[in-house]
Amino acid sequence: MKFVSNVKADVTADVVYMMCPMHLLKLDEMIKKIDKGQILEILTDYDGALEDIPGWCEKTGNQFIGLDEDEDYYKFYVKKTVNSQKQ
Amino acid sequence: MKCYFDHVATNPLHPDVLEAMMPYFKEEYGNPLSLYELGGKARDAVEKAREATAKLIKAKPSTIVFTSSGAESNNFALRGLALARQANGKHIMVSKVEHHSILNSARFLEKSGFVVTYLPVDKYGIVGPEVVKSSITKETTVISIIHASSEIGTIEPLKEIVTIAKEHNILFHTDAVATTGNIPIDVNELNIDALSMSAHQFYGPKGAGALYIREGVRIVPLIYGGIQENGRRAGTENVPAIVGMGKAAEIAIRDMEKRMNHTQRLRDKVIDAFTKIPHIYLTGHPEKRLHNHASFVVEFIEGEAMLLLLAMKGIYTASGSACSSKALKSSPILLSIGTPTALAQGSIVFSLGEGNSDEEIDYLLEEFPKVVVKLREMSPFAKGWEK
Repeated sequence: MKFVSNVKADVTADVVYMMCPMHLLKLDEMIKKIDKGQILEILTDYDGALEDIPGWCEKTGNQFIGLDEDEDYYKFYVKKTVNSQKQ
Repeated sequence: MKCYFDHVATNPLHPDVLEAMMPYFKEEYGNPLSLYELGGKARDAVEKAREATAKLIKAKPSTIVFTSSGAESNNFALRGLALARQANGKHIMVSKVEHHSILNSARFLEKSGFVVTYLPVDKYGIVGPEVVKSSITKETTVISIIHASSEIGTIEPLKEIVTIAKEHNILFHTDAVATTGNIPIDVNELNIDALSMSAHQFYGPKGAGALYIREGVRIVPLIYGGIQENGRRAGTENVPAIVGMGKAAEIAIRDMEKRMNHTQRLRDKVIDAFTKIPHIYLTGHPEKRLHNHASFVVEFIEGEAMLLLLAMKGIYTASGSACSSKALKSSPILLSIGTPTALAQGSIVFSLGEGNSDEEIDYLLEEFPKVVVKLREMSPFAKGWEK
């Protein structure tokens, strides 16, 4: 797992305490809303996201930048590298 | 004559609400999460209800989480907010005039290691801002104060307390079960973080409630499972009840002023008449109270006896809260406003609705004094009092 710090995100989605698989649904929803090249930050306390989010990036072709840890949740960073229909 | 004066316990379903709900019991039975058309229709109906419910408190639809009741909303709010903020501190504050769903949730948190301050109230049941201010510690994370008490009718002046809470970065929740749909509420003007409501308090169905949670406020779920309600409250949605709640909200927005004027006029007739009977006292604030609510304590007799005699005459009312009606103990709310224990036994609450008429009130005004006289004649406590 790649740990990063001080990543400047363009957009943040906070799904802390929201149940699985909200982290993936929100990721899918938000990535469609941002421009190619922009960075999305997802905040979640769900441990399964450690596998799910890098896996989602691999599947969709977007770049998984890495994760940072806060006191009781994770911060995942995903760069949009694939064009998708913008919503 | 049958007269229902217990609208804080529950309300009859508005006929238009029942009509709106019916298709979702029958042909539109889909699960809102299903991807085919039947699911889509259920999903659209839930979202339409969310919009209407949000509008009732001037909130965004995305801030509404549907629940099964006001009690669930209160449990969810107090426990969920306290747990979400526990890294910042483990002190919460609730008033002494809260509903059991708040008080018992607070006790649960207390047993789980939180410190709870039970805020005292004045003789009208009002929580003073100074008391709140002096009770705040560095560990305080959540304050929950009821918007209006269903037992004594007092409406709490929340704004000043919310301002204090915000100055200290404390989350503020209100149990607005008795007020939502009955008086105008603007969550942004009040600047609160969470608000509980219940559909059957404004002519909607039982089994539907909601919690408003301000955008960006984190909350730990009460019910774990799937992704219903944006991953915040699991369980297949009670679609007919939610649709009913939305319809009831629409009607409440349309009819609120008319309902308020009607019930306030009837309420004032009751208060004017009954406070003229010797040894009967109005409980709660004389002006800052629910427009449909007249509550009293009657000296020398018991509330239960009054209820039974009135019920024999077709008059249905309450003594204290609906939840404590079977507990046969003095109301903690009446005790907290300084009512002596013996007097608190003589509690009676008349809560009026849009269906009540002047004829019904006249019948009550005629029958209630007779009940009081009859019971006082039998009462050993009335000795010495001039009958």
